Amino acid sequence: MTTIEQQTDEQLIASAATGDFDAFQELVQRFQDRVYGVGLRITRNRADAEDVTQQTFLSLIEHIASFRGESAAAGWILRIATNHALKLLRKKKGLPTVSYTAASADEDSYASLPHPDYIAQWKDTPDALAQRAEVRQKVEQALDELDDKYRLVFILRDIQELSVRETAEALGISESNVKVRLLRARLMLREHLTKDFGDESTRVYPDHRH
Amino acid sequence: MTCEELLKALNEYVDGTLDLTQADCERFAAHLSGCNPCQIVVDNIRGTIQLFRAGVPFPLPAEFQSRLQGALRERWREKFGASA
Ligand SMILES: [Zn+2]
Repeated sequence: MTTIEQQTDEQLIASAATGDFDAFQELVQRFQDRVYGVGLRITRNRADAEDVTQQTFLSLIEHIASFRGESAAAGWILRIATNHALKLLRKKKGLPTVSYTAASADEDSYASLPHPDYIAQWKDTPDALAQRAEVRQKVEQALDELDDKYRLVFILRDIQELSVRETAEALGISESNVKVRLLRARLMLREHLTKDFGDESTRVYPDHRH
Repeated sequence: MTCEELLKALNEYVDGTLDLTQADCERFAAHLSGCNPCQIVVDNIRGTIQLFRAGVPFPLPAEFQSRLQGALRERWREKFGASA
């Protein structure tokens, strides 16, 4: 006899679809922090993140029977959360002129990429750094400082691990825009985080002779 | 390959996508082995992505937790009857 804690996410969804509320509550327990995190990173607002969390789990109740077993439950749930968060963000910013759908020829090309300036090894491994509260704060702050057009692509592609195509569809932009914005986002975050966590004694300078 | 060309192909290299041919990958690796700044940049970019993925999730505010529970239970009852 397996306890509810031992069941996989997919088994819980199957039980919940037959009306098992305990299974559903276990799912909520497992995912609520991650769903709230997606909401908070995308909307940058606590009340909105709560809204996203509630909407996501209400949607889950509504559509619990339509989950297809071949995909991972985590991906499915976090995608629902992402869509709710994006919808909320669009509504708040007023529709057709949202900055992350407006293509700017210069910012969406590879022509003037931000060049790495502060180049140094980090003082510690990413996993060790991630354990520290003050590091977490700096990391989230670096993300918050990005423009929406870069921030959202980074969240969907690198944190949520959506594919280029899925990211393009979710944001209503082309795949080539996704790629160049992701590169810019990564370069900007790298610069910011290396200034925070870089080891000055390992600093090197870009070689302009090449 | 120059540093500039490497920068433009960084995503494909870091993500290991199939957009890079075998020859591209070899040129990329050859540049990296002779260019310390680019090596560190690639390493930093991998670290940046890893740092965000390794992050502990944001905990749900306790006060919101009980409101959420209430709302979910209510919707569940509408859909499945009084079992909740
Ligand atoms: Zn180089």
